[in-house]
Amino acid sequence: MKKTSLLLAGLAAAPASAGTLTITIPQLKVAEYHRPYVAAWIEPVGGGEARTLLSWYDVKKTGAEPGTKWLHDLRTWWRKGGRSLKQPADGITGATRAPGTHKIALPTNLKPGQYTLYVEAAREQGGREIISLPLNVAAPNGSVSGKTELGVVTLSR
Amino acid sequence: MRLKTCLIAAAALIAVATPGLAHRNWLLPSATIFSSTPETVAVDAAESTDLFFPDHRALGVERIKVWAPDGSEGKIQNGSNGRVRSTFEVQLDKPGTWRIGMVQNGIGGTFKVDGVEWRLFSGRRPGGAGGPGAGAGRGPGAPGGPSGAGGEPPRFVSSIDEIPANATDIRITETSGSNNIYVTAGEPTDTVFTPTGKGLEMVPVTHLTELVKGEPARLKFLVDGKPAAGLKVSVLPGGKRYRDSDGAIEIMTGADGVATIDWPEAGMFWLNTSFADNKATMPKATGRRMSYTATLEVMAP
Repeated sequence: MKKTSLLLAGLAAAPASAGTLTITIPQLKVAEYHRPYVAAWIEPVGGGEARTLLSWYDVKKTGAEPGTKWLHDLRTWWRKGGRSLKQPADGITGATRAPGTHKIALPTNLKPGQYTLYVEAAREQGGREIISLPLNVAAPNGSVSGKTELGVVTLSR
Repeated sequence: MRLKTCLIAAAALIAVATPGLAHRNWLLPSATIFSSTPETVAVDAAESTDLFFPDHRALGVERIKVWAPDGSEGKIQNGSNGRVRSTFEVQLDKPGTWRIGMVQNGIGGTFKVDGVEWRLFSGRRPGGAGGPGAGAGRGPGAPGGPSGAGGEPPRFVSSIDEIPANATDIRITETSGSNNIYVTAGEPTDTVFTPTGKGLEMVPVTHLTELVKGEPARLKFLVDGKPAAGLKVSVLPGGKRYRDSDGAIEIMTGADGVATIDWPEAGMFWLNTSFADNKATMPKATGRRMSYTATLEVMAP
């Protein structure tokens, strides 16, 4: 039940959404595949605090080496805001996602303005990639494609 | 035999006066950024020619000190001194930024008694027990003893108190140095960077968890708590074996004591700087020489 609520948290705000972020996790033909850790956050263009939109990691793994142990592998997110975010974070934390397309509602309480959206992915026994997209809160629109660990990432209304 | 030992001792003395001339002392952490606590950082420590390839001598783990983020003293675990490298672990059981390193203080130099040159050397005892530096058999009276003929090797004392009252031409240098690494579990903190106001110290303006290729970092150097202007800071990347140049960068600090370092690549870097003046604090010392060394991890953007 708790897991489900974590999974759904990112989608829950859908009705009043200011826009939608679509993240594609590519299917990779590798011998040992682990779903990537993914974080997405926005930063005001003029500078300012980063705001984390989502962090997907192995939330189920506990014990001496919990899933949070590898969060710093999302090294840019970790520096920009991950390390100051208490995990699991309500409405942000979720389990890792399978390859495919995932839609996430943007928060409805974003102050109008220009932001940069970042999406970073890191995979166990695999690579790490970060991509960015400009985000205008009034009219989210745009698309960029990752090359290795991320597929197409889209912002839309 | 004895001459040889003395020469080795003399060489050791010179090495203390100018650290890092031929070999470099380094600490190499397994990582500097950890997600949370408890975590374990594994550290190698050695003195070698190139960074970070152990090929010469281990640095004794008994000299390592650990400063926890809350100001308490931490401890090392599983320490082991090998021939060319020592290794130990520190359990990061408190969140924040930890300092791990060694602080060395020594004194060395020369003086004359009745025209005969003597050397003062403290710190790691050259030649071991019974060697020329072993002070036991050579009390303060010893310098007045039989004076060597010209060409005889220098004589030694091992503490400043052993310099006799009738000594002349006293040239004694105080040496102090620290060799450091910094590791952070969770959110970074600043407590371990609080300067003591004594000797040569570094206070990061850019936190050491924020060292990134292509983003200039600012590190402030202090001597006795005041900005050290015009200090030459050397920065060397590890892994020289895999390229042609040593990749050394030299930066001068500005009037504010700040060195701005633009990291050319990600990886582990060895930073070293030293400073000498005549503001010795010990009686009879005529000068002092201070050094600061750190191994810093630079992340890819």
